[in-house]
Amino acid sequence: MNLLEANGIVRSFGGVHAVAGVDVSIAPGEFLSIIGPNGAGKTTLFNLLSGHDVPDQGSIRFADTTITGWAPERIAALGLARTFQHGRVFGNLSVRDNILVGAHHRMRAARPRVPGLGAVAELLMALIRPPSVAAEEAALNAEVDRIAALFGDRLTPRLENPAYSLSYANRRRVEIARALALHPRLLLLDEPTAGMNESETAEMTTIIGRLKSEGHTILLIEHKLDLVMRLSDRVIAMDDGRIIAEGPPQAVRTDPAVIEAYLGHSSLGEAAA
Amino acid sequence: MGSWLDYTINGLIIGNIYALVAVGLALIFGVSHLINFAHGSVYAVGAYVGWACFTYLHLPLPLTALVVIAVCTAIGIAIERLGLRPLAGAPRIAPLLATIGISLVLDQLLQILFTPDPRALPSPLPTWRIPVGGGTIGALDLLIAGTGLLSAAVLYGFLRFTKLGWAVRATAQDRDAARQMGVDTDAVNRTVFAIASALGGISGLLVGMYFNHIDPAMSLQATLKGVVAQVIGGMGNVPGAIAGSLLLGLTESYGVALFGSSYRNLFSFALLLLILVLRPNGLFASARSAPPEPMTGTFIAPSRVVRVPPWTVWLAVAIAYVVPLIPNIGYALQVLTNAWLMAMLAISLTLVAGTLGQVSLGHAALLLIGAYASSLLALDAGWPVWVTIPMAGILTALIGTALVAPAFRLRSHYVSIATLGIGEIVGLVILNWEGLTRGPMGVTNIPPLALGKLELDSPEAAYWVSLAVLVVLALLQSRLLRSHLGRTFRAIRDDDVAARAYGVSLNRYKGLAFAFAGFGAGISGAIAAHLYSYINNETFTSAVSITALTMVILGGMGNLLGGILGAVALTAIPELFRGTAEYRMLIYGVVLLLLIRFRPQGVLGTV
Repeated sequence: MNLLEANGIVRSFGGVHAVAGVDVSIAPGEFLSIIGPNGAGKTTLFNLLSGHDVPDQGSIRFADTTITGWAPERIAALGLARTFQHGRVFGNLSVRDNILVGAHHRMRAARPRVPGLGAVAELLMALIRPPSVAAEEAALNAEVDRIAALFGDRLTPRLENPAYSLSYANRRRVEIARALALHPRLLLLDEPTAGMNESETAEMTTIIGRLKSEGHTILLIEHKLDLVMRLSDRVIAMDDGRIIAEGPPQAVRTDPAVIEAYLGHSSLGEAAA
Repeated sequence: MGSWLDYTINGLIIGNIYALVAVGLALIFGVSHLINFAHGSVYAVGAYVGWACFTYLHLPLPLTALVVIAVCTAIGIAIERLGLRPLAGAPRIAPLLATIGISLVLDQLLQILFTPDPRALPSPLPTWRIPVGGGTIGALDLLIAGTGLLSAAVLYGFLRFTKLGWAVRATAQDRDAARQMGVDTDAVNRTVFAIASALGGISGLLVGMYFNHIDPAMSLQATLKGVVAQVIGGMGNVPGAIAGSLLLGLTESYGVALFGSSYRNLFSFALLLLILVLRPNGLFASARSAPPEPMTGTFIAPSRVVRVPPWTVWLAVAIAYVVPLIPNIGYALQVLTNAWLMAMLAISLTLVAGTLGQVSLGHAALLLIGAYASSLLALDAGWPVWVTIPMAGILTALIGTALVAPAFRLRSHYVSIATLGIGEIVGLVILNWEGLTRGPMGVTNIPPLALGKLELDSPEAAYWVSLAVLVVLALLQSRLLRSHLGRTFRAIRDDDVAARAYGVSLNRYKGLAFAFAGFGAGISGAIAAHLYSYINNETFTSAVSITALTMVILGGMGNLLGGILGAVALTAIPELFRGTAEYRMLIYGVVLLLLIRFRPQGVLGTV
């Protein structure tokens, strides 16, 4: 049974088919990468899967639930976490608070499930702060320390600093840390190494590899083919809103359609090297 | 049937007047993405300059119009230079707040120069009227329609056929690209402000003549109507603004025909909310455009928060508590009691405007709801005051949240417009719902504060009660800010798209923040009602909303102590000068302008 199953996804913006009939599925524990030139529709597809945009046609199933048209917060609560292409940390929140927001939907003591009066109960819990809420907050904080430690000493010394004071690479790390705090069943990473130099990319590759070995199910958009080739179980290549190749990493890399999409007709053949 | 034709003609003429204001606002929004809240002030200045020209200089109408154009053009250029250009790199809401400051200053200068009393502005035109259907059209009607058409034609020609006009359109489409191609975007802004202000001034003159009545309050009304018309037509859309104005004029005219003239504004604000909720991009925008890129529309300047040691706060509270023991300070006590009540409003506003990032321009409406709820429960239901005040808090939380809920899906300046409109609607409903609120008569003989048999009607008691309630509300809010809710609110403020991606439901948390804020503000309004013993729909106007926002910015957005500090400072400082109300608002306007320009993070820093 696939964890995610999207069929016949179409999304147009004013006559331009950003995504024109795409099928994507991902099995539990799988590492799937989507590659393709700029404007191929990768990020649009991500937005559709995470609920930030609604497909014109097609259906999406995630964790045995049809989530087509759902709001992003409901999809997140089902266990789907994503990062954003250009990095969207909460600038004025500390790194710690950024990561804690990732754990938002997991809070139980602070967010009692009272039918109809959940919001009121949540407000009262915040004001009264009973021991159960304090214990939960302490446990989450300890978990934040553990998640931050994944990134070596990049984040740990900066946990109490506001996110706007971080370097670009560190903001991307905070995004991934925040996504991990959600305990995602599916992790959507949108160009996690964009804007990183070689050594930072290598470091990020190690971290993502570690997430894979820990059993995370990961859907990755990435331009850096080294990273894609090293980690992916399967690769999808997109161009012009369509899937042009799909399969094991090496097969997709040498697929003529993919080479053409990346480099254009004239250089066909030379690029396979 | 004839009377319907009359109402239609009347609606079109009023719409034409609105169009002169709305076109200016749309032009300015088009090139600078700024809602110029000072536009109505320019319009009022136009009316007063015209009045002065007629009254003192006895100028004929064409010369008067030229003087009005000259003065208003100069003011428009000054607004651009002072309010917009220095804030080029600031958050989008900053220039909006700056124009609010400029508008306060201009309006108060008008009041000081010409007194707040209304003046007659008789039209020098001949008084003949042409019968049309069952009604008539006069020379002034034709002049207004002609001015509208002529300015639309001139504007069209300017934008279409002149080099500067091309530059304006290029800047409106993409300011950065225009600048790269060598367009002097500052000159474009200046030109647009000049044209818009000239139109606004002429419009003020014509409206003054049409109603034979001018007063300084016409400024805010004009801004509001212009903004409503623009929202209907789509922000920055010039033809849309004209169409929106005519539609607004007709809606109002028919509404007045059906329900009476006190419903005129209610109709325009209801239309505003309807459009904002259903078609936030205006009637003429395509229904489903690409999802907008993140826009940090909040007014949060990253800053170092000033750490105030808790013991100093408690010491300050202790000192505040013994102040009434000083003999012979009755007047100071009253001022400070007012300061505590304003502080409750300020911390309520700083929660939604600062912590949650929804810059509300209608917060005073919560005071009104609280004041009416407590007074009516005490008078009509006969409940004791110590019960009605907390009940007023709860009712305000519920009503306030329900009213603002349709605006939860809006962002940045649309939130400000919507809350402004909702605030006006609350006042108008109170005015018109005579069965419940006693209408324009107001509520009299509101019982004083009391706890059971204990009468708390002395100035000292009022002071102590207000301070105690403020301390409790502040403690609750500080607990709230330290909980996961504080974190969640601030996450929504910083990036609502990312917040939703992590399971944060905007409706739920915006609702919670507005409910908590409504509770505090409602209690403040309720206590005030029992202290004043008389309230009406104008006890707390939008001027109070703007004052509270100034206090909040002074203290630092989202900063709890800052809000209290700002409220005390801005309530007490004008008293030092023993100023009248006019000077007070003038001071607030100047403070607001200086803060936005030089210390947007406030005194204690934004949180």
